Amino acid sequence: MKKIEAIIKPFKLEEVKDALSELGIEGMTVTEVKGFGRQKGHTEIYRGSEYTVDFLPKIKLEVVLADSAVEGAVAAIVKTAKTGKIGDGKVFVLPVENAIRIRTDETGDKAV
Amino acid sequence: MIKKTTSVIRLLAAVASLAMLGAVTSTLHADTNAPAAAPAPAAAPTPLATPNPTNSAFASASITNQVAFLEAAHSNSDPDPSGIAYESDPGHNAWMMVSSAFVLMMTLPGLALFYGGLVRSKNVLSIIAMCFGITCLVSLLWWAFGYSLVFGQSFSTTNPTLAPFLGGTENFFFKGVNSLPNTSYAFWVSQNVYSIFQLTFAIITPALIFGATAERMKFGAIMAFVFAWMFIVYFPLAHMVWGATGFMNGVWNAGAKIPAIDFAGGTVVHMSSGWTALILCLILGKRVGHGGKEPMMPHSLVLTFIGTALLWVGWYGFNAGSAVAADVVAANAFTTTTLATAIGALTWPLVEWIFKGKPSVLGFCSGAVAGLVVITPACGFVNPTGAVIIGVVAGTIPYISSTIVKNIFKYDDALDTFGVHGVGGTCGALITGILVDPAVNGNLQAVSAGSPHNAAMDNGLITAIANHSLVVAQAKAVGITITLAVVGTLIIGYLVKFTIGLRPSVEEEHQGLDIVDHGEEGYTH
Repeated sequence: MKKIEAIIKPFKLEEVKDALSELGIEGMTVTEVKGFGRQKGHTEIYRGSEYTVDFLPKIKLEVVLADSAVEGAVAAIVKTAKTGKIGDGKVFVLPVENAIRIRTDETGDKAV
Repeated sequence: MIKKTTSVIRLLAAVASLAMLGAVTSTLHADTNAPAAAPAPAAAPTPLATPNPTNSAFASASITNQVAFLEAAHSNSDPDPSGIAYESDPGHNAWMMVSSAFVLMMTLPGLALFYGGLVRSKNVLSIIAMCFGITCLVSLLWWAFGYSLVFGQSFSTTNPTLAPFLGGTENFFFKGVNSLPNTSYAFWVSQNVYSIFQLTFAIITPALIFGATAERMKFGAIMAFVFAWMFIVYFPLAHMVWGATGFMNGVWNAGAKIPAIDFAGGTVVHMSSGWTALILCLILGKRVGHGGKEPMMPHSLVLTFIGTALLWVGWYGFNAGSAVAADVVAANAFTTTTLATAIGALTWPLVEWIFKGKPSVLGFCSGAVAGLVVITPACGFVNPTGAVIIGVVAGTIPYISSTIVKNIFKYDDALDTFGVHGVGGTCGALITGILVDPAVNGNLQAVSAGSPHNAAMDNGLITAIANHSLVVAQAKAVGITITLAVVGTLIIGYLVKFTIGLRPSVEEEHQGLDIVDHGEEGYTH
């Protein structure tokens, strides 16, 4: 089992979700996050006060999959989330020790 | 536990039924006196022999005098020549009651939302509590002493040296403040309505101050400061400018030493609060993290926008209502207020667009409020062209003071109370002396030969306008206002600082005043 954590541009979420659904992936968790990488922030001015806003809004998408499904899912995310401009985000793949479905007590691949 | 709850409910029920009984009794009592207050069901209201029990003189007067009386109400003039006793007029009273409610709406919720949106979310309730607390505290002070100290006149006989600076004691606890007009201030408006109208001004003025001190002044310190400030700064200043025996009331006081004019409160409301705000924010010091160390962005410009819109609408009561009649002067003030506000709200974001690259919503809001502030002393004295000029001034000078000047001197006027109200009010007071147009306001015109002089002829106001020297009197009024606000604030500010203290601890300031002072949060997720 692997966990995919993808940081993407917020407006790409629908496309990524649809692409993952087409692969038969049935669940995911999404969080609104803020952060920065190489993309620069912007300046906000409120009367005399100027603030540089470094942290930009992004979406963090988390999905845990059986090892066999990971490669396809990562490819789908990278393909749909890409605009080619700086700030497109990153995908991380992490190993997962176990998963348990609370309702049925199922574990491992059956639970994801 | 259940038993205890039941007994509490019983107690409440008993209190409620007593209250209802009281209400029914008073209604019955009122029915026997008042005409057609609540006609009996299924019976047509029977016309009473006397149209108004307070003025039986009307029915017995000649038709000529009756017409003269009604014509005086129509034109908001003195009905005395008709020989019929003064009474309130439903039209003028209706407008003044609406105006009073509008001005109250400027504070609750207008200013609360305008300021509330500009602070960080951890301090939004501290702004609301400040506005609410001041509204209630000032209402109590006004009833007990304030109205009388500002609009009373007994000192003119008991203590003539004091009379130009404070009114009198005859209306303490609203004694004699009933539904008949106080003809020193309005021929046709009930004195109780007039007093509540003026109360709403006394409420918003101190509430404005605490934009400058936002996010770092304890609630208790705010209330203590306001309590003293009303007696030391507001009541004397309001009397000097608007009281019948006031030191610089050019329109109404024939004996005014300084014949200055201030239609709706450029000096009394905006300069007093704005200059107080500057001194108080200097005594208080900067917010923790101010000056780039911590971002202090407004948490909701949507709230600020709603607050601005409520202020604008409410300001019609403030400015047009200050005619204290639904008359031609009110109509002119209504017009000039609209124009100056719209032009101010056009100019400010335009200046931003040119110098900062983008017209901001906060720019529109700031420009509108600045326009309203600067037109306030002028609205009943200038014509529409004057109002447009004032709008342009409002969109530029307060912009400079709350962006460039503030950044040079690095004081923490958190929400720009000084930048907009202090500077804008001062501009307005001075520019009124330049743009004044006697054609729009009969009080600025000499009466024809043979008639009794009006106050403006006796105290030199009309001469000053004719000689284009009114701005000198205005500058004197500005000087007195600044002196009173600055000295008063220095005394009260340090008094509060060294007794109960002004600021919360650094840790508490980080946590936010909502939890520290009020034990609650504006937004729970």
